[in-house]
Amino acid sequence: MSGSERLADWTIGAEAIVYQACERCGNLQYFRRSFCAACGAPDPVEKRASGEGTVYATSLVCRAATPETRAHVPYNIVLVDTSEGFRMMAHGDNDLAIGDRVTARFVPFAGRLVPHFTR
Amino acid sequence: MSFITGVGLTSYGKHEGSSSLDLMSRAAELAISDAGLKRADIDGVLCGYSTVAPHIMLATVFAEHFGIRPSYAHAVQVGGATGLAMTMLAHHLVEAGVAKHVLVVAGENRLTGQSRDASILALAQVGHPQYEVPLGPTIPAYYGLVASRYMHEYGVTEEDLAEFAVLMRAHACTHPGAQFHDPITVADVMASKPVAMPLKLLDCCPVSDGGAAFVVSRERTGETGVRVRGCAQAHTHQHVTAASALSELGAEIAIARAKEASGVAISDVRYAAVYDSFTITLAMLLEDLGLAGRGEAAARVRSGYFGRDGAMPLNTHGGLLSYGHCGVGGAMAHLVETHLQMTGRAGNRQVRDASIALLHGDGGVLSSHVSMFLERVR
Repeated sequence: MSGSERLADWTIGAEAIVYQACERCGNLQYFRRSFCAACGAPDPVEKRASGEGTVYATSLVCRAATPETRAHVPYNIVLVDTSEGFRMMAHGDNDLAIGDRVTARFVPFAGRLVPHFTR
Repeated sequence: MSFITGVGLTSYGKHEGSSSLDLMSRAAELAISDAGLKRADIDGVLCGYSTVAPHIMLATVFAEHFGIRPSYAHAVQVGGATGLAMTMLAHHLVEAGVAKHVLVVAGENRLTGQSRDASILALAQVGHPQYEVPLGPTIPAYYGLVASRYMHEYGVTEEDLAEFAVLMRAHACTHPGAQFHDPITVADVMASKPVAMPLKLLDCCPVSDGGAAFVVSRERTGETGVRVRGCAQAHTHQHVTAASALSELGAEIAIARAKEASGVAISDVRYAAVYDSFTITLAMLLEDLGLAGRGEAAARVRSGYFGRDGAMPLNTHGGLLSYGHCGVGGAMAHLVETHLQMTGRAGNRQVRDASIALLHGDGGVLSSHVSMFLERVR
């Protein structure tokens, strides 16, 4: 059985960031699975994130490997600690610094929609 | 007990017209003859992978090509940690009596066998296929993220990181087999093309062709023995998004386990061979392993501590950064050089004392770690 319905998120083209919360142990996870990776309980609950967070790390990509991504160079890859408490990779404004409070929007990148954080 | 009884290494750089199997064969031939053995003595084969010529049974393909019929053979895949992971497995195999002489081999024509973009693209696939790869990150970007955070937490600067590139290049200049022989300065590193900030071109290892091999045996075959004293692994995550805090990364866990397995302390170590895919990798690993205090590794480079004549000679062949990086063979060159140092055969690069060595490999994005202590016995 499956207790929790899949919410659409940016990885399948929707303007949303989705994470999972385990009802048994409270663990939050960003990479979608049919179980909790901390305690193994089935069917963690899917939740939509607020899109708010803090910059944990940044790397401005100046050399890309495909023609599609090269068109966007330079672009900033960031790790963001969301206000909900999970970490995610996304794009961000090129001048973001570690510790900046940021909010997500969704922008086209290499033929799809990706989360992009701005101050 | 187990001994590294022979080592083989090709030059790194361009080997136009050589296939992965050619490079593996060349290194294997050198290692077997260095051990004083014949092909028929090899009863175990462990090999890495080739991104240029992927195969689901590479060890068997290699054994047939090379002309041997081992009683134990398969490939191993742990990214950059593969070479040391194979050595650890070979150590346990010969200790358990499964094989007498295990050939550990890898080689790849990664530079001339495919385009640089193809290499970068293949390697970026260590990222998460849904949550990371669509964002267009590259391997340098994964490490660039780690670098930005490490620099933020420990006050390390880009100039600090550049020191490691300069040191590896200085060492490569003394090895005829290295890919690069032109000395560089901190200013050169700082002025090199941005790749994935804070990492610039000279902070990154090159793509190379090359091959490396060694033989791991139950008994020593020469007068001087290089014994595996103890080793251990740690695997904390695969994707950088899922990495633990910088203070809880796998290198510290692996080295603690290896110290326990071997009874060796960091103060006993006389030579270090540490994975250096990027300058940040080397800086972090040296500090994680306890070869320098937090944020202090660059100062130790500046003071000559890690030089040939320093207290802790490090990657005297030039490392991945300047000897070159042909995939699995890349970090195996570290072990080959360590063996030459421990047996007094490093020529103009010979250090005073390499009686106890520490080796460390890292795969993925600081995801998989192998620490190993080698000891010279006479």
